[in-house]
Amino acid sequence: MSGPLRIAVVHPDLLGTYGDGGNGLILARRAGWRGHEVALLQATSDGPLPEADIYCLGGGEDGPQVRAARTLGEDGTLARRVEAGAVVLAVCAGYQIVGRSFPDADGHPHAGLGLLPISTVKGTGARAVGEVVARTAEGGPSLPTLTGFENHGGRTTLDEGAVPLARVTVGVGNGDGSGTEGAWAGRVVGTYLHGPVLARNPALADLLLAWALGADEWAPLDDAAALDLRQERLDAVAGRGGFRDRNRRAGPPARTR
Amino acid sequence: MRYRLARITTRSVNAASRRLGRGHGTVAGGRAGLRVDPKLLERLSAGRSVALVTGTNGKTTTTRLLAEALGAGGTPVVSNETGSNMPPGLVAALVRAGPAVLEVDEIYLPRVLAATSPTTVVLLNLSRDQLDRTNEVRMVAGRWRAALAAAPHTTVVANADDPLVVWGAGAAATVRWVAAGTRWQLDAVGCPSCEGRISFADGGRWSCAAGCGFTRPVPTASLRFSEDGTAPHRGVWADGRVHEIDLLLPGRFNCANALMAAVAAESCGIAAGDALAAMSGVANVAGRFTVRTFDHVQARLMLAKNPAGWSELLEMVVGDDGPLVVSINARIADGADPSWLWDVPFERLGDRTVVATGDRFRDLSVRLHYAGVAHRTQAVPVAAVKEAAEGGQGRVVDVIGNYTAFNDLLGAHP
Repeated sequence: MSGPLRIAVVHPDLLGTYGDGGNGLILARRAGWRGHEVALLQATSDGPLPEADIYCLGGGEDGPQVRAARTLGEDGTLARRVEAGAVVLAVCAGYQIVGRSFPDADGHPHAGLGLLPISTVKGTGARAVGEVVARTAEGGPSLPTLTGFENHGGRTTLDEGAVPLARVTVGVGNGDGSGTEGAWAGRVVGTYLHGPVLARNPALADLLLAWALGADEWAPLDDAAALDLRQERLDAVAGRGGFRDRNRRAGPPARTR
Repeated sequence: MRYRLARITTRSVNAASRRLGRGHGTVAGGRAGLRVDPKLLERLSAGRSVALVTGTNGKTTTTRLLAEALGAGGTPVVSNETGSNMPPGLVAALVRAGPAVLEVDEIYLPRVLAATSPTTVVLLNLSRDQLDRTNEVRMVAGRWRAALAAAPHTTVVANADDPLVVWGAGAAATVRWVAAGTRWQLDAVGCPSCEGRISFADGGRWSCAAGCGFTRPVPTASLRFSEDGTAPHRGVWADGRVHEIDLLLPGRFNCANALMAAVAAESCGIAAGDALAAMSGVANVAGRFTVRTFDHVQARLMLAKNPAGWSELLEMVVGDDGPLVVSINARIADGADPSWLWDVPFERLGDRTVVATGDRFRDLSVRLHYAGVAHRTQAVPVAAVKEAAEGGQGRVVDVIGNYTAFNDLLGAHP
């Protein structure tokens, strides 16, 4: 790759409600610490979306979510860049708008960007709010157990061509009755997990960077703080009696890299 | 009869709770009273002058400043000064006689407004806070708007610089707008009126770029900071009056709180100058900025519970290079998800060495790691304060905590 690795935080003014802007920062730091030149772009909604190699979309409120989907659809850059192999990490409201359709505050469907073959409708019950633990699903990327915090009212169904990112052991996730969390297709990854998700799951950050940089060998980083945090969160959920993983093969799930 | 019994219940449970050392005695009694008479809040408010203060940040301080102003002439003012801002706490305050100044949780405002028919409501600001509980701030603004439209006899004192507050106050019959400023604009980018985009210009002006007409109202009074940034600052009224704002409380945000309280005091019949003079002597509010001693270590305790509050407080502490402790919890009163730490520009701490503590020190540690801020971790807050003091050459340790983390240290035994 020539030039810096370009990481764009997409519309932080509309999709920046839940601290998910941290995902862009984490990717930028991890690439930078390994000696890559990085440009971290805060791409606000009042300008055209810049060309980038990795796009991060975060959670947002209902009104701004509709606006972000419309703006990004009209702009066209994101779809074009995905076609060209750019990596996307889309969280919560961002996850919903990269799908085929998503609901507004009143439950009316809006067209998404169609980058992931998923559809979201408004849930009928209570919002899904709380800690999530999810184990990588078959056919999904090979990652250690995912930990995060969800806060959403949507229920997401995966259509043909989308693979669940993980299987929920604690929490709701996609909430369509399938017991799955998130989705991926090509180089587009969607998830409901905040925290931000890459703060608690550095292996997912490195997977996205590997896709963008074409690297398969990584200099290890000092992830002591993140691994401690993972362990604490998994223990906290286990302590509430929620996390009972009978299929766990060896040791606690968090200490894997 | 039921009403009388409910009042007696509230008082006696509170007194018992205080005697038993089971808390401040502000919630248990209120709960018991409301069980005896569910209409207790309505009945206690009837025929009484009530002012309500709400918003994401500054509620407790502004409530105290306004109570100080209204009580300056010797009138006994009742208030929920410990910050118990839901109906049981309000009831507990109102069992005493006198005009009331009440801090109200922002989500409870519509219900409390209907129950208390206040003469004045102060709307400070609205930003992301405890997202797992409140979900969305613009939904809160919408509920304020509907509730205030249905309260024609209430005067609203509202921050003209916060578009979400302006939306919330915009349908009220009488509004006094105050240009009190806000550093945090990230929750107000989407126009609440038309889903267009709010554009902010220099000098505090803002309007909807889509041209729907939603724009900053003309303020009754504006905050003007002195050129060198030191007190006294000034409140400038549209009719030409100028009053000094000279507080013992530090920080620009407290000047904003004082100006809002002064305009509210005016609407309650107290001259703004007298109100501000009465506020100037307040040294600390519910422990904020208080200096506590842990063994021989002096620590200044500060509260910042969300990104907007942090933005204001960082501005205050960023120039210092003394020892700093940050304590983060994620209990029910804090919100269960500390993701908001990633919205706080900790990068601004630069070379300052930090000790990370609180229940969620690990979340904070990861955040500081990526911010490039050197830090140590210590799970026990009091121990963290003592650790931070080592090598601090006897300087006061600055401690910033979110809600329960701050209160833990305030109540901690040295």
